[in-house]
Amino acid sequence: MRAAVIVFPGSNCDRDLKVAFQNAGANVEMIWHKETQIPKGVDVIGIPGGFSFGDYLRCGAIAANSPICRSVLAFAESGGYVLGICNGFQILTETGLLPGTLLRNENIKYICKPIEIKIENCNSVFTSGYRAGSVVTMPIAHQDGNYYADDNTVSRLAGEDRVAFRYVDNPNGSRDGIAGVLSENRRVLGMMPHPERMAEPMHGNTGGRRLFQNLAGLMEQA
Amino acid sequence: MKAIATIMLRDGVLDPQGDAVRRALDHMGFAGIEDVRQGKVIELALSGNDPEQARRDVIEMCERLLANTVIESYRVEIEECGRP
Repeated sequence: MRAAVIVFPGSNCDRDLKVAFQNAGANVEMIWHKETQIPKGVDVIGIPGGFSFGDYLRCGAIAANSPICRSVLAFAESGGYVLGICNGFQILTETGLLPGTLLRNENIKYICKPIEIKIENCNSVFTSGYRAGSVVTMPIAHQDGNYYADDNTVSRLAGEDRVAFRYVDNPNGSRDGIAGVLSENRRVLGMMPHPERMAEPMHGNTGGRRLFQNLAGLMEQA
Repeated sequence: MKAIATIMLRDGVLDPQGDAVRRALDHMGFAGIEDVRQGKVIELALSGNDPEQARRDVIEMCERLLANTVIESYRVEIEECGRP
């Protein structure tokens, strides 16, 4: 598997994401946001967490309009796989690749703690290594993770089985406890929890590892 | 010319910051506040001199970057320098 991790000024989970991909067997290239091309042969693009452009204006808004994001959009529209974590999820909603947006947490606080999330469906390359309905622990670390979309969008997401994860105890006010959302073609995943931060025994928990291993396994078969 | 874009959360979208400000004002003894909504004001200094073109440009800026129309609405005002 070849993975590309996009790096913005203010990204801070880029190297963690690289390590998680590498430990699953991937070759990983880091791509600075001023680049305009995704290298040929890349299977999956990772958009890492952090505070791209200082979260100025709105979380993810400036990154979503940076040169590399036009190529990420084209990559996704041609059927490429994209994983956006935390700020990466915010960026993906700002590009319009995923519906809805992430509002300020209901209690306004920055929340940083391990949390239980339920695997809502295993019908994607990111989640098919898990059992639907199972509960895994991953950390969250965000102040703007309160998933919001209008009623029609929320019911469409549920109807099309595009909610990948829900919080067991909703920490931030997200509609219907939504923690991760898939695109219509199920190849773009945005999620607020950090699977890359619980992917090794030394992290204290390996709840996120299966996401990367499964993705790499399926890419090798393809 | 100056353009002013005022960006507010749409009605019905939770505004926890506005709520926190309202609670603080309550605690300070200001009475009669029913609701507080917090938004953004963005001022742009523009070199052109066609106010209608400026309005169209700033509306496009709001649609593409300055506002997230999933949750926010915006209002654009154009001020022409030197005119009352």
